[in-house]
Amino acid sequence: MSRVAVLKGGRSLERQVSLRSGARVQDALDRLGHDVVPIDVGVDLIQRLRAEAPEVCFVALHGRDGEDGTVQELLEILDLPYTGSGVPACARAMDKVLTKHMLVEAGIPTPEFFAFTQMAFRELGAAETLPAIEQRLDFPIVVKPSSQGSALGIKFARSAGDVPAALVSAFSYDARVLLERYVKGRDLAVSVLDGDAGPRALPVVEAVPREEDFYDFEARYEIGRTEFVCPAELPEGVAEHAAELALATYDLLGLHGFGRVDLMLDAAAELYVLEANPIPGLTDTSLLPMAAEAADIDFDDLIGRILELALARGPRV
Amino acid sequence: MSPEPRPPSRSTSRDLERYAGLFASRTRVMKSSAMRDIMAVTARPEVISLAGGLPDTSSFPPETFAAVTARIAEQACAKALQYGPTEGLPETKECIAEVMAAEGMRVDRDDMIVTAGGQQVIDLVTKTLIDPGDVIVAEGPTYPGAVPVFHAYQADVVQIDMDAEGMRVDLLEETLDRLERDGRRPKFIYTVPSFQNPAGVTMSLPRRKRLVQVAAERELLVLEDNPYGLLRYEGEAPEPLYALDGGVYVMYLGTFSKILSPGIRLGWVVAPPPVLEKINLGKQEADLCSSTLSQLMVQAYFEIADWRGYVRSLTDIYRARRDAMLAALADHFPPQAEWTRPGGGLFIWATLPDFIDTDDLLVRALRDNVAFVPGSGAYLDGRGHNSMRLNFSGSGEEGIREGVRRIGEAIREQLELYGTLTGELEAVRVEPDEADAGQADRDAGGRVVELRRREGRPRRAGGA
Repeated sequence: MSRVAVLKGGRSLERQVSLRSGARVQDALDRLGHDVVPIDVGVDLIQRLRAEAPEVCFVALHGRDGEDGTVQELLEILDLPYTGSGVPACARAMDKVLTKHMLVEAGIPTPEFFAFTQMAFRELGAAETLPAIEQRLDFPIVVKPSSQGSALGIKFARSAGDVPAALVSAFSYDARVLLERYVKGRDLAVSVLDGDAGPRALPVVEAVPREEDFYDFEARYEIGRTEFVCPAELPEGVAEHAAELALATYDLLGLHGFGRVDLMLDAAAELYVLEANPIPGLTDTSLLPMAAEAADIDFDDLIGRILELALARGPRV
Repeated sequence: MSPEPRPPSRSTSRDLERYAGLFASRTRVMKSSAMRDIMAVTARPEVISLAGGLPDTSSFPPETFAAVTARIAEQACAKALQYGPTEGLPETKECIAEVMAAEGMRVDRDDMIVTAGGQQVIDLVTKTLIDPGDVIVAEGPTYPGAVPVFHAYQADVVQIDMDAEGMRVDLLEETLDRLERDGRRPKFIYTVPSFQNPAGVTMSLPRRKRLVQVAAERELLVLEDNPYGLLRYEGEAPEPLYALDGGVYVMYLGTFSKILSPGIRLGWVVAPPPVLEKINLGKQEADLCSSTLSQLMVQAYFEIADWRGYVRSLTDIYRARRDAMLAALADHFPPQAEWTRPGGGLFIWATLPDFIDTDDLLVRALRDNVAFVPGSGAYLDGRGHNSMRLNFSGSGEEGIREGVRRIGEAIREQLELYGTLTGELEAVRVEPDEADAGQADRDAGGRVVELRRREGRPRRAGGA
């Protein structure tokens, strides 16, 4: 039994989702017999941690601060062990542009893309390159902020006339955005869980939108909007290949404990890695718990295992 | 591990599937959970929120509150703690009649029901009149709080554009003709004719007269939602629809929320007797009766205090805040923006060039700790994405000025970026020795050119 601080909430746009993840983690830790201290992350985080003196922190934060390595850095300074990935892995995974550059270098397929900062448009005249990019990527083009964890701020540009407004929207979320080739196909997620024998890919979850033709933030957290199939019914060899790509991505970014890699499967049965999430959702409707369940790991076991990995790793990553 | 068997973990995905199969289709929400999550962030203390619709309750005298409660304790303790009649206490209805008389309406005490705020009236009226698929005609934009109610009863809402004189009644008639041709008859027309939420405009007297006429000709009910009529900062009030129609086709929604307190949770509905009878049954089902304690507080308050004087003091506060917001908008919003100039109420509606999506702009604005309500929540048909509702009753004048300034900066940044992206604004040349990037932003702000209207808009991820 350990004294565990569950870090949740925070200032990110995914605050509400994080509160749901955190509440569920608290329940599980409670049932496992731990002494649970919930902390809604804010300006008093350090004071709270010093006062409560937990042995370990369960980081149930999503998005800015919690998933980008900021909070992890603080926990290392305080010598506190914590769940999930370390600072550099978080920083890499939360930065979609960096992730994709690394994927390309490592030969892991990811949709073709171009990334821009707001400064490049403002001060370097980058707008003049847009026609060439549009020709290269072909419409529709997916425009998204580099660091937003959820599908917030993601737009489809169907024609050249849509691109400027889509960029303006994406820049609302981040100073860096990317334009990405749209891969039409099936939306797959492979969750990864570390264990004694190293990281293991859990059964593939497929998100099948019930109505909308894009799997969005809304559907992702709303019961009944999207149908999740786990294990996904896939052509022979695809699940294995998806698992390989997910594990390769997980290793490449240096993720630890657990994570989730999102992929697209196109009509030609090609797989593309879209992004990796260092702290995927742990809510009632989240994909990692669902995948774990399909592998006969119930939620409490999942949470217990993630916590053990953190304790085994110790305070400094 | 504990030696005892632990309770099974709850909410497995199988359970969720099971629950999901049990949910009524009306629980499907319109507003995206993403937007709700973002709005939750607007409640942080460091955020200047121009998003709410909160009256300034800090101006209510605590000694009056104390006197009201003391009086109830002395004179009506047992009654205040007891259930009351579903339709409301007669003494509270007297106060309501007094409020309606102040706006030129005469009402029979038997024609009204006291409710849990105005919101319950919208719910009860919709419950009484709407079967799934029935049509409600509303203004576009409409009160964002009515949207989930209409949606919950699976109404098909048709929205009529407004201009400076309120709902375009000519368009309303065209729409009613079209619906008739399609063999569909709307059940009621929902309108906030005075200082509309969110648009801030007031329906002109000729439009009011025509609307009442149209309703009578076509035998349609109208729900006149009038929370702000007494919060008038200038000019003469046009007659309420209820007064023009005499209560034949017009149902009236009133509330104490904006003239006394929203915390007291009391509103009322006036409707033709056969309709009222059904609403009464609905009210009984919903909550048996409105709070007796609250109703007696209203009565005591009306007896011992000058409710008209308090409303006057509120209008003085809000008038100054409205003026501060209008001045700040003129100072800080770019020339491409338009906004309404309300003669009362709590809200200003601002519209930006159509390439700015206010859902996303809100996220940008939150980085600078300021919030507003994106316009999309006031439409059921995907419009409103380049508009916003700004509230001026809930913040002091200094907060209003600073909040509007920050939003203006964010808009300017996006206009500038769009200009750069479309080649209509040259990339800003930063002098090598100019370290202050903020200065560059401000310099560039003055050079924004008139922007062309873009055709079509990017499809929102997730669809409207």
